[in-house]
Amino acid sequence: MSDSCCDGNARKAQAGDCCAPDGNVMLLSCSGGSNVGQLANQACVELTQEGFGKIFCLAGIGGKLSGFVRSAKDVPRMVVLDGCEVGCAKAIFKEAGTLLRGYVVLTDLGISKNKDFARKREDIDQVKAAAKQASQAQV
Amino acid sequence: MQIKILGPGCPKCHKTEEVVREAVAEAGVQAEVTKVTNTMEIAAAGVFGTPAVIIDGDVKVVGKVPSKEQVKSWLGK
Repeated sequence: MSDSCCDGNARKAQAGDCCAPDGNVMLLSCSGGSNVGQLANQACVELTQEGFGKIFCLAGIGGKLSGFVRSAKDVPRMVVLDGCEVGCAKAIFKEAGTLLRGYVVLTDLGISKNKDFARKREDIDQVKAAAKQASQAQV
Repeated sequence: MQIKILGPGCPKCHKTEEVVREAVAEAGVQAEVTKVTNTMEIAAAGVFGTPAVIIDGDVKVVGKVPSKEQVKSWLGK
């Protein structure tokens, strides 16, 4: 919750728009053990740093921790990035009984999966653009 | 029954506390209602935003003010 008004942004609090994540897009990635898993994670990190949304823990949903699962159910907008068609993030949502929204598979964007863990700038930018598009579709 | 209302002090958080306390009173259930304002404690609950309501360890709502009827249904009334 580091960049939310809940951490003490009094101006926002006084305006009455504090805390509820209405303006925040929940960003989730599989963060898996390949270049595309790590690209997904990097895209979520950068989108958080740029203020587009807020990265959230997919592992907490996978562990069926109450706060994480409920947050995923209640948030107005989310983006879920899976690195490849194996679909681990998608499977986690199914297991947790949570509706999957804003879903993007990086290999569907034409990015090849490999184990070199190289994260090219152009690939990160492509993933970020796809994430923004997936989020906009929920407005 | 233990009820925690998570929120650092914004209007929506105050409203949530009001709704929960009214629902508890109207339902006539025995419950300890606590307001949690400490951001570290809020973060530890794993919620994406606030307000949030936790009843006996189960997070019931995140980022929204619940209706009184919703709260009563969580109380089993």
